[in-house]
Amino acid sequence: MAKRTVAPDSELVAGLTRRQLQEIYYYLALARAAEERLEILFRQGHVHGGLYRSLGQEGESVACAYALRPRTDGTGDLIAPLIRNTGAIFVMGGTPLEYFRQYLARGAGPSRGRETNIHFTDFARGIIGPVSPLGTMMEVLAGAMLACRMRGEDRVGMIWCGDGQTSTGAWHEGINFAAVQRCPVVVVIEANRWAFSTPTALQTRAKQFVDKAVGYGIAGERVDGNDVIATYEAARRAVDRARAGEGPTLLEAETYRLRGHAQHDAQDYVPADELEQAQARDPVELFRKRLLAAAWATSAELAAVHGRVAREVEQAAQQAVADPYPEAEEACAGIYTDVEIRPPWTRLEAPDPARA
Amino acid sequence: MATIAQGTTRTKPDHVRKTERGEAVTFLEAISEGLFEEMERDPRVFILGEDVGVYGGAFKLTRGFSDYFGRERVIDTPISEAGFTGAAAGAAHMGMRPVVEMQFMDFIAPAYDVITNYIATSLWRDAGPMPLVIRGPVGGGSRSGAFHAQNVEMAFFHTPGLKIVYPSNPYDAKGLIKAAIRDDNPVIFEEHKGLYRAPHLRQVLPHEDYIVPLGQARTAREGKDLTIVTYGMMVHKSLEAAATLEKEDGLAVEILDLRSLLPLDEDAIVASVQKTSRVLIVHEDTRTGGIAGEIALRINEKAFAWLDAPILRVTAIDSPIPYAPTLEDYVLPQTADILTAARYLARY
Repeated sequence: MAKRTVAPDSELVAGLTRRQLQEIYYYLALARAAEERLEILFRQGHVHGGLYRSLGQEGESVACAYALRPRTDGTGDLIAPLIRNTGAIFVMGGTPLEYFRQYLARGAGPSRGRETNIHFTDFARGIIGPVSPLGTMMEVLAGAMLACRMRGEDRVGMIWCGDGQTSTGAWHEGINFAAVQRCPVVVVIEANRWAFSTPTALQTRAKQFVDKAVGYGIAGERVDGNDVIATYEAARRAVDRARAGEGPTLLEAETYRLRGHAQHDAQDYVPADELEQAQARDPVELFRKRLLAAAWATSAELAAVHGRVAREVEQAAQQAVADPYPEAEEACAGIYTDVEIRPPWTRLEAPDPARA
Repeated sequence: MATIAQGTTRTKPDHVRKTERGEAVTFLEAISEGLFEEMERDPRVFILGEDVGVYGGAFKLTRGFSDYFGRERVIDTPISEAGFTGAAAGAAHMGMRPVVEMQFMDFIAPAYDVITNYIATSLWRDAGPMPLVIRGPVGGGSRSGAFHAQNVEMAFFHTPGLKIVYPSNPYDAKGLIKAAIRDDNPVIFEEHKGLYRAPHLRQVLPHEDYIVPLGQARTAREGKDLTIVTYGMMVHKSLEAAATLEKEDGLAVEILDLRSLLPLDEDAIVASVQKTSRVLIVHEDTRTGGIAGEIALRINEKAFAWLDAPILRVTAIDSPIPYAPTLEDYVLPQTADILTAARYLARY
């Protein structure tokens, strides 16, 4: 067992303390365990829509979000996550219970059963949930951060974009707007090689996504997204630039999607050797080895993390399964703030011809 | 909020001071005044759009605004309707109340995605209200061709979560733009460019702050023989037809100016149908999938037994809007079309 030669609050690497390094590991483990538990719930028929794993991408998701300033009172930094950002949502204060309730379409879930997977919003904790035409989120985050900048708030917004998203017109309009207005935004490109079944080469002729930063006149950086420390450092630099009023950064995080697009996708279009190589670079495993090798954590400490994660995930899963679905009549509540949408009268009573 | 930047001058632009001076205002000036007053009243209100700042907008509706309120509150955007409409949505999330100008409403099409998929669903998704207004010029008759002349209401009419406003006169335009800005729901606000500077429409407006509530129609003319349900520019063509019908046919035509298309004032429509039992729906928008279809079916559901004649409609022909005067006038509904349809109904 490694000897502790430093105080627990000293900075060991990248300005991170032993406690923080282990906290990052906790979020990595939590994201992975929550998704694994959800897979079981999916097979049991509890998940009605698709299930999207972030396997292999937890590293960049957690490391980037960890560079932010999360708060629970609506004054902290903001994120616009994607389906593969379970880890980032947890870093911002999202809980496994919310995650399960949302996926299980429960009435007590964050979108009250209206929306799928991680499509939920919580401004208190700075989470702006996505809609499926993902390019839109680039525009929305740019505008949210424009508002913060107009009011002199030193908040930063971070968005994750898949390589496919960068091909949309909406994404271009959004990042260009953010660049022109010098919005405090960090644009993380999760370069995971695949947009559903379409490889990067059919998405763009750019050699690397970071080259696009030049076209927008913004800072760009490229990092090994499976290297948690390097990704954290790059994200930290981008966040600091944004907070200092220097505008957006495009941060390309190279990673690999180890599963299909969703649970229904057997990813048979992925070359076997490529997948095998990528599996050998599992970011969670790489980080675990590094923590131990550098004596930033002991095996006992990491075992304790896994114990805590298992307890939290199991408790949340059981609670979510026990929760009820929303009442059917709730479907059309809250379409407007002040206009009530009612079902047609034929739904409520038998038509009476004499009334017409 | 106090940290929001101010402009370089504290002098109000002349064209928003006419009511203050007791002068009559045009339709365009009424909207300018409403917008200006709401920006003064509420620091959360700001404008985004193409050429709205230094230039003052293609129709000069926001002329002088950026000097008064500052460049931060009158933002000249890149040419990117989707981008700046999405940005408005993001700002609305953060508690701002953006007003988006489409230079011409025809250009709203690129923003269709963010408006229908994101903005309209936000409250329902539990992602919070979307207090924003998307406004701009619509309508034909000004020889501007197919891409500066469309009416866009029916592209959004069937999207739950949106409100649509389409005023016909300065008083309503000012009251409605103010109500739209204060509304916590996303509002699409259509301004017929043929009304903007029409001198005969000038009105002296109240000095005091007022709004016209969304979702309420207005009886533009009382009558007992026939109801014309209409809005926007067609209110004026219908009024013209009604005067002729009174003089030449002795008919008392009632004209209902919808003012808001979504929500639709169904009660007002039904009440007028019950009074006259004959209905003509007039809109400048194209025919197929036009709002007349929805209105007719609502009448069918709620007031079928009151009808003495089939419901008719006068609309544009299902065609893009052409440039040549002969072609454009042929495609758009004219007063003569209203006369023909109204006479048919009256005789039925």
